[in-house]
Amino acid sequence: MLRDERMRQVVSACATLGIAVGVFAISFGVSSVSAGATVAQTCVMSLIVFTGASQFSAVSVIGSGGSPAAAFGGAAILAARNGVYGLAMAPHLKGRLGTRLVAAQLTIDESTAMSAAQDDEAHRRAAFWVTGGTLYLFWNLGTLAGALLGKAVNPQTFGLDAAFPAAFVAMLWPMLRDRRCAMAAVIGAVACVATIPFTPVGVPILCATVGIVVGVPAPKRVAG
Amino acid sequence: MSWTFVFVLGATAYAFKVLGLVVIGDRALPPVLDRCLALIPAALVAAIIARDALSSGTNLGVDGARIAGVGVAVLLAWRRAPLIVVIIAGATVAALVRAL
Repeated sequence: MLRDERMRQVVSACATLGIAVGVFAISFGVSSVSAGATVAQTCVMSLIVFTGASQFSAVSVIGSGGSPAAAFGGAAILAARNGVYGLAMAPHLKGRLGTRLVAAQLTIDESTAMSAAQDDEAHRRAAFWVTGGTLYLFWNLGTLAGALLGKAVNPQTFGLDAAFPAAFVAMLWPMLRDRRCAMAAVIGAVACVATIPFTPVGVPILCATVGIVVGVPAPKRVAG
Repeated sequence: MSWTFVFVLGATAYAFKVLGLVVIGDRALPPVLDRCLALIPAALVAAIIARDALSSGTNLGVDGARIAGVGVAVLLAWRRAPLIVVIIAGATVAALVRAL
C-alpha cells in the first residue's frame, strides 16, 4: 500500500495530524479534571464519545456550573454533525458491517476532512483510516496524560489554543482551490461568527452548515 | 460529573455516527444532497477557524496571542509548509506572544 509516493505522502500527513491533534487532547484531559470529572471518567469519555468538540463543550458547561441536561444538549447537537459526516463518507467506506461499525466511531471532523481533501478512492480510504486510527490512539493517550497532569499545566502557556485552529487552517487550505468549497467556507465562517454572541457554545458551528446551500445549483456541464 | 452522563453521551455520540454512516449511508442520495454534503467539511472547518480566531466562549473578541498564532498558520499554509510545521509554528508563536 505504501509503494507509491503519493500514498506515502497521504499516510504521513494524516498520521502527523493524528499525533498533533492528540497533543490537543492533553488540554481536554486538563479541562475535564478541572471541571470536576475523575481521571477514569475523563478517559472513558474520550474512549466512547470520541468527538472533541462535544467533549470540550460538555466539560466547559459543567465546569462553569451548567446543569448536566444543558451540558448534554450542547454536546449532543455537536455530535450530530458526525452523522452528517457519515453520510458524506458512506460512498467511500463500503464493506462488511463490522468494518463499517468500527469506521463509524472514527467518523469525526479530522478524518472526514483529510479524506475529502484526496482526489481518488484509494487515497480517500487510506486518509480516513490512518487519520481516524492515529487520532483515536493519540486522543486517548493525550487525554490520560492531561487528566494525570491536572491543573499543573495551563494549555494556553504552550499556545495549545492556537494549535487547533492552526491545524484546521492547514486542512482547509487545499479545499479552497475548489470554487464551491471556498464559497461554502466563507458563508460557514460568517454564519458561525455572526451567531456566536446569541447562541450557546457549540451551536454556531452547526449554523455554519448553511454554507452547503452553495451546492444546490447543478454544476454547469463542461462542453465536449 | 456522573458516570450516567458519560455513558449516555457516549451512546448518543456513537448512535449519530452509526445513523449517518451505516443506517442511512447505504442508500443512494439525490445528487443535489450529494453536492451539498461534499461541502460540509469546508464550511465546518472554516467556521471552527473563525470561531477560534475571533471569539472566546460566547464573546466575540480577539486574543492577541492566539490570532498571531493563527496568522502565522495562514502564512505557512499559503507557503505550503507541512502540516506539522504549521501546527507547531502556530502554537509556538501564540506561546511566545503570550509570554511577552
